[in-house]
Amino acid sequence: MAERSFAAEVEKLRVGAGEEFLGEGILAVTKALLQSGVAYVGGYQGAPISHLMDVLGDAKEILDELGIHFENSASEATAAASLAASVHYPLRGAVTFKSTVGTNVASDALANLSSGGVTGGALIIVGEDYGEGSSIMQERSHAFAMKSQIWLMDPRPNLTAIVDSVESGFQLSEASNTPVMLQLRLRSCHLHGRFVAKDNVRSKFTLKEALEQPRRATDRIVLPPSSFLHEQEKINTRWPQAVKYIKENKLNEVFSDGTQDFGIIMQGGLYNTVIRALQLLGLSDVYGNSKVPLYILNVTYPIVGDEVIEFAKSKKSVLLVEEGQPDYIEQNIHAVLRRGDVPTKLHGKDFLPPAGEYTPAAVVKGLLEFLRKYAPELVDENNLPALVRPSGDKPNSLTTTIPAEVVHGRPPSFCTGCPERPIFTALKLAERETGSHHISADIGCHLFSILPPFNIGATTMGYGLGTAGASALHDSSSEKKSISFMGDGGFWHNGLTSGIGNAVFNESDGLTVIVDNAYSAATGGQDLLSSTAENKIRSTKHPIEAAVRGIGVKWVKAVHNTYRVSEMRDIMKGALTSKESGPKVIIATSECTLNKQRRIKPEMNRKIKEGKRVVRERFGVDPDTCTGDHSCIRISGCPSLTIAPNPDPMRKDPIAQVLDTCVGCGLCGEAAHAAVLCPSFYRTEIINNPSIWDRMKLATRKAIISRLQNRIESRMAGIYV
Amino acid sequence: MSKTFTTQTRPITMAILAMGGEGGGVLADWCVDMAERSGYWAQTTSVPGVAQRTGTTVYYLEFFPKLSGQNQEPILSTMAAPGEVDIVIASELMEAGRAVQRGFVSPDVTTFIASTHRVYSMQEKMAMGDGRVDSQVLIDSARSAALTFIAADFAKVAEDAGSVISSALFGALAGSKALPFNREEFMGAIERGGVGVKTSLQAFELGYAQATLALKPPSKAVPVSIGLKPKDAPSANLNALTPEEELAIINDPASAVGSKLKNLAARIKDEFPEASAVMLVNGIKRCADYQDIKYAQVYLDRLLSINSAEAQYGNGTAQVLNEAARYTALWMTYEDTIRVADLKTRRSRFERVGIEAKIKDEQMMQVREFLHPQAEEFADTLPTPIGKWILRTKWVNSLIEAFTRDGIKLQTTSVHGYLTLYFIARLRKIRRRSLRFNLEQGRIDDWIAMINLAIVKNYQLAYEVAESANVIKGYGATHHNGWANFELIMEYVKSNMNKADNSDLASAVAGLRSAALADENGAKLRAILAG
Repeated sequence: MAERSFAAEVEKLRVGAGEEFLGEGILAVTKALLQSGVAYVGGYQGAPISHLMDVLGDAKEILDELGIHFENSASEATAAASLAASVHYPLRGAVTFKSTVGTNVASDALANLSSGGVTGGALIIVGEDYGEGSSIMQERSHAFAMKSQIWLMDPRPNLTAIVDSVESGFQLSEASNTPVMLQLRLRSCHLHGRFVAKDNVRSKFTLKEALEQPRRATDRIVLPPSSFLHEQEKINTRWPQAVKYIKENKLNEVFSDGTQDFGIIMQGGLYNTVIRALQLLGLSDVYGNSKVPLYILNVTYPIVGDEVIEFAKSKKSVLLVEEGQPDYIEQNIHAVLRRGDVPTKLHGKDFLPPAGEYTPAAVVKGLLEFLRKYAPELVDENNLPALVRPSGDKPNSLTTTIPAEVVHGRPPSFCTGCPERPIFTALKLAERETGSHHISADIGCHLFSILPPFNIGATTMGYGLGTAGASALHDSSSEKKSISFMGDGGFWHNGLTSGIGNAVFNESDGLTVIVDNAYSAATGGQDLLSSTAENKIRSTKHPIEAAVRGIGVKWVKAVHNTYRVSEMRDIMKGALTSKESGPKVIIATSECTLNKQRRIKPEMNRKIKEGKRVVRERFGVDPDTCTGDHSCIRISGCPSLTIAPNPDPMRKDPIAQVLDTCVGCGLCGEAAHAAVLCPSFYRTEIINNPSIWDRMKLATRKAIISRLQNRIESRMAGIYV
Repeated sequence: MSKTFTTQTRPITMAILAMGGEGGGVLADWCVDMAERSGYWAQTTSVPGVAQRTGTTVYYLEFFPKLSGQNQEPILSTMAAPGEVDIVIASELMEAGRAVQRGFVSPDVTTFIASTHRVYSMQEKMAMGDGRVDSQVLIDSARSAALTFIAADFAKVAEDAGSVISSALFGALAGSKALPFNREEFMGAIERGGVGVKTSLQAFELGYAQATLALKPPSKAVPVSIGLKPKDAPSANLNALTPEEELAIINDPASAVGSKLKNLAARIKDEFPEASAVMLVNGIKRCADYQDIKYAQVYLDRLLSINSAEAQYGNGTAQVLNEAARYTALWMTYEDTIRVADLKTRRSRFERVGIEAKIKDEQMMQVREFLHPQAEEFADTLPTPIGKWILRTKWVNSLIEAFTRDGIKLQTTSVHGYLTLYFIARLRKIRRRSLRFNLEQGRIDDWIAMINLAIVKNYQLAYEVAESANVIKGYGATHHNGWANFELIMEYVKSNMNKADNSDLASAVAGLRSAALADENGAKLRAILAG
């Protein structure tokens, strides 16, 4: 079960023709797929399109009604390969994953798919994880489109445009026998907006028909001589077909042409930002009625040469607003203009930042420079927006300074009660005895170990590649072994073979810690093969340990309670000092606390209401024995373990304090024990609906303890007022 | 602005900076729902990424009125332009600082609503000493950056109403009048949301009141009083006294102590400067609480030498005497197992734990301690000869180790657990004969002697020597490391004190002190000392 439920929202997917659909971008794309008569959908979760997978999972009933097959693919490669169903059959299929990391994984299948081409529309919806909030390397999906000849759409960021491009994407794909990539930008996924809906459509051709009347055509298979044919086809047939479709259906848009002797070309996804920049400079109204000609590339690959020339030839210059690097489109348009012998000057990354996100600030600044060069009369220098206003005249927000040292970064970290935190506490303690090791990290929540307070992990080479990333660091003459981390998500994605299998085959001695929290937690708590929850539509409960042993690992230790820090530390020490050859694998299993709390909290409240005995635990720190050294925080980093002003009138440093958000995971106490910290930690057990036995026990205790406390107080008499 | 981006034709822009779990998304959704109901186009986007795992999320919203006769949809931006954000809401004070840093807050246009409570950053939490930033700096920067600044402890407001901070902030937004919607339209959004409506509305009311208070003329940026007193500013204490309370103690130290300490309080009045009266009163109470009245007397006697040095070499602030008084008291009441057991068995402690866990009448509470006594700690508490014997006898060490290796979980609320701790606390009676007692008394006297040597050379140096005692803290390995660092600093002082030019020595020692608190193993301190 995913972290966020869309059970209520999916009802919106039933909205019929002419009705207004109001909601989030992700939901709108799902609706657009249903309106397009898609036959099958697959994908792999990851920000920003995790919710697209979650919506589809929650929409099972509606998908069933429309006969749509939906898969939670094992990886992006699986998802991309599933588009093979559209090669021979007139079936519309869509897959989704995050980009560029998911596209990297998918690219083998994508290359084969686009070589042979498709019959049914094949749409690859990539969640472009670029710019602010991104968690991955900054690259462009554009490169994948170019290298495989996949058409790339980057629609204007409003729901109508996005929904339309899903439908036109399928048509473009079918018109040119080429898969189409639809780029969904980070903010578009979470965009709240509206569009006018159409009825959902059933696929005319069905998967059943395909299975029962299978087709094949050797010339669609990527093998010589067909592969040579495919290359010619791509350039000589499919490309012109695509250009024809794009032109005829006006997928790209031109606004306000003829108003000036210069213009702006932009990726569709940047349209709203460009309009805002024009507005700030007084050159557009809020409705996008621009005083500057605009050419909007809703299809960013291929570039339609005729359209570019048509737009540019009447102008002395155009500014291209193209986000990311390298400047593929700029190079492309330069070539188009040069070949067309058009003397128009093309500007782009000479005025705009050569790298980085195109924020309104970046675009305003670049646009202003461009205007100052080509149309200074349009710039009201006395009335510039604050962000480009020279300091000194009016108050300028950008000159307001705040001392940098008082604003700390707030990087993501393990949640309160996270079962992964104690694994790293244990490793820190183990390393106190074994010395430091080379540690290879992986992708997932566990990667937060690289940040304070743990500062653990040297590299991360990609999802599921933790063990692979340490494979060269192996030397039998050294006592030291490398340590790798891998999550359950990465393990099933590819780590079982790329890491564990590789270590078995190459007789590596390294230690791999597989962090098994029963979900693909970092992407939003989706189920996996090894999830322990009941899942009505997927097969779960396939233990990681069985897979690891099955692939040939002999030294396997499964820990079923990661909060036992001492036990984990000792097992790690054992693995790191073991004389046994071959890979060592520790499977550290405890349920993701986010999901666990979501599950048990309502259950607990229900039981309390029913009058059942329920014990809730939380931790605390005695303020009078805490000396304010914060050792406990440095080996934990729990959000609910924080600092507070010291209540002791003589001490200056803040004390450690446990907030009420504590879920009683027990790490504080275990760590205090394992690291021999201090005696300040205690656990409070709050007994709801105590039994008669509880009451009797507590009454007896109270009677005795109370007397002794009286005696302590009599000693204190005369000291305080 | 004279051109098209004027108030008539520009959208209303708004940014919300919130941390995971604070309901920033709910707040954004309420705003959108309210705006759409009130005839506006509304758009919201967010950049959560992995921020839901304890990081910050920025929600960005735009609103634009549906004008009659205009069927075109406005083009709304998905990203904020610096200097063009009309409303900024920050759910926490450092996040408010971040909003300013990012240029969201403009003195031209921005109504800035910020909660003044603190959720400490990892950097602040991890420090060996006090790593907190000064809240007042954040508040001052925020105020000077905005057109209108509305600040209050909205976390407290929400807690008082039994709700979450988003409701209180929504109330403050309504009260700020920065959006063209009335109070009923705001409340309608909460009601339609349908979750925790009653408590949300209560928090809304309180938040609304705070904002109204803040907007009272004439000043454009009158902050409300709640939460603005920087109680958590560095060095400030939770129970800091008011000037009036301090004055009462200075005039009559005896008024602040119980009957058994009246004589010692009289000595404070007669023998010590006024500026150190408050510290000394706390010191005698602490020592008496720790051991007995006689121990409190030892405390005052110990400080006599510094007292006269202060009179001779001091500058009237009694700074050295004050800090010496602070750390002498803390050092004399070092945390041995007796002290820990004593504090954990008190009635006041039981009550405090109950309040913290919000124990209700129908609930019951059990408390379990996580103790990990080491052979050394046993030895510390026992009479010196026995203690020494334990430390040098390997098999005893191993035996204790075997018993305590995995730590002890002791239920203080059980008869057995309580009695165990109670009897350990009773060892107080033989504490004066214990190994550690004698060790620490010697160390304290050495340190005081060092202060007296330093004060002759350089008053500021004496202050630094006194303050150096703060590097000794914690238990077990942390305490060992602290003591080792302290010794290194003292050696440095000793070997440099008699040099002809010792004018920079005080600041060098201050540098060493902060280096000692920079890491767990004294690496930075040793690196500096090694040059």
